[in-house]
Amino acid sequence: MLIASWADSQLWYSVPLIVTISLVYGATRHELMVPILQHAWRTAKWIVGFMLVIAVILTLISRVC
Amino acid sequence: MSTVRPGLRTEDQFEIDLRQPGLAAFWGWLWPGAGHLYQRRYAKGILFMVCILSTYFYGLAIAGGHVVYASWKGPEKRWQYFCQLGVGVPALPALVQARRVKLGAAPYLGGIMAPPRYDPIRRVDELSEWHLQYKLLFDLGTLYTMIAGLLNVLAVYDAYAGPVLIAPDKKENEPC
Repeated sequence: MLIASWADSQLWYSVPLIVTISLVYGATRHELMVPILQHAWRTAKWIVGFMLVIAVILTLISRVC
Repeated sequence: MSTVRPGLRTEDQFEIDLRQPGLAAFWGWLWPGAGHLYQRRYAKGILFMVCILSTYFYGLAIAGGHVVYASWKGPEKRWQYFCQLGVGVPALPALVQARRVKLGAAPYLGGIMAPPRYDPIRRVDELSEWHLQYKLLFDLGTLYTMIAGLLNVLAVYDAYAGPVLIAPDKKENEPC
């Protein structure tokens, strides 16, 4: 059910944004491609983690209220 | 002149020739990645160009080309355009369209990037029609194009001043 809701979710629209923001941000911090990609991967994980934390907080609030 | 020393392709030994930074920044604003290409930083130039332009044009396409427009009258002050303008030339047709509409002429290309018509007497509210037609995609398209413009500001700064190289952790370099 969770997978089905994810498949229909509007959250898919965030994926290209996360990829683009991570790559561009990484490219402004490094000059070579390997460090750029490594930095982009770390940034992408950070963004997804941040979104998950916000999602958990919002879920908890919606259940309490 | 590029001063990358052969065989030492680590970032701390990189010296970047920014050529004319002001001119590179201008090129970079005009067309994402062009400033880096001018500086012969081809990989980053192509990366910026692909990432920023694909984000911008995808955002523009999912809402029928209506999310980028310049308007400071009518129902909405389009402050988002200032962010979208960061992408340079791809956002400039909105100014041409706004000028034509202001002069009373029909906009080019079927109204792509033209400001919405608003006439409460004749009950014309094109912006509401776009929201009704594209629903969530209108806001998503606006978001995509805004982020593309803001990302290009980062790229322009990178063309002007070079990358913010992160210093290695001191603990890693210290002898045990």
